[in-house]
Amino acid sequence: MADFTQRREALVKRILEGAGKAPSSDRRSAFDNRGLTGPAASLVDKVAKNAWKVTGADIDAARTAGQSEDQLFELIVCGAVGQAGRQYDAALAALNAAAGKT
Amino acid sequence: MRLRVLDKGHRLRTKALFALIRAVSRQPVLDVVKLVTYRADFYGTPMAKVTHETMRGPSPWSVADRELMAACVAQTNQCEFCTKTHIAVAQQAYADGKPLAPILQNLDTAAVPEPLRATLLMLRKLTRDHAVSADDMRAVLAAGATRRQIEDALAVCFSFNVITRLADAFGFAIPSPEGFEAGAKFLLSRGYR
Repeated sequence: MADFTQRREALVKRILEGAGKAPSSDRRSAFDNRGLTGPAASLVDKVAKNAWKVTGADIDAARTAGQSEDQLFELIVCGAVGQAGRQYDAALAALNAAAGKT
Repeated sequence: MRLRVLDKGHRLRTKALFALIRAVSRQPVLDVVKLVTYRADFYGTPMAKVTHETMRGPSPWSVADRELMAACVAQTNQCEFCTKTHIAVAQQAYADGKPLAPILQNLDTAAVPEPLRATLLMLRKLTRDHAVSADDMRAVLAAGATRRQIEDALAVCFSFNVITRLADAFGFAIPSPEGFEAGAKFLLSRGYR
């Protein structure tokens, strides 16, 4: 899987730096799960930590607070990719530590 | 689907494709298909490149092993749609008739090769706790998995820690058993592109 790293980087670059309906800064905050406020923050935190607990009410609350459906689509994608990436990076660091690499 | 745009917001050409899929398969269009075809340049296309590489690219793990890993991650994230989908794909890929759901229920004692068992246990812990330790990785290496195998398994884990979160957050509908079988057959023959 030599191409995995490049492909993952391309995905992250697209969702954070490419065109979108949500401001780039909000997409970055969702990706980092840090810096959003209100219902969108609660929603993204659930996506990152226990997505199976997300309900229609969470989505409705963020929508009522002013997020469009396209913005919510982007923020949820960014939240999921960000958390999965942190898990991957933590595991790779553990593997390097086990193998004596820094 | 909790976002209306993911259900009904596609371009006319994509809606025509959905009509064709419904006519040929005689099944509703899966929500995962609706997700990856909605504004595909944002998520669907770049993510498909990641997932196809992790699931069908060159690897010391078989396709069946990687599908079982995907099911393991999905089960840990309590994602019914992805768990059933990837158990069905793995079942077809192994083609030995051995039921796979009990293996995931009893990983500690299931009859699977030690490198695969240790890798699945590590992926489960990583997915549940969001981190693993160097000692956890030493245990996988000691069980006989190579560094390359662990890296490839982590790539599978990345893909399905994204996809399962989206399936849960967007509220994917659960298809019929026939729908799962048809989806599994498609994924096995065509991959994730």
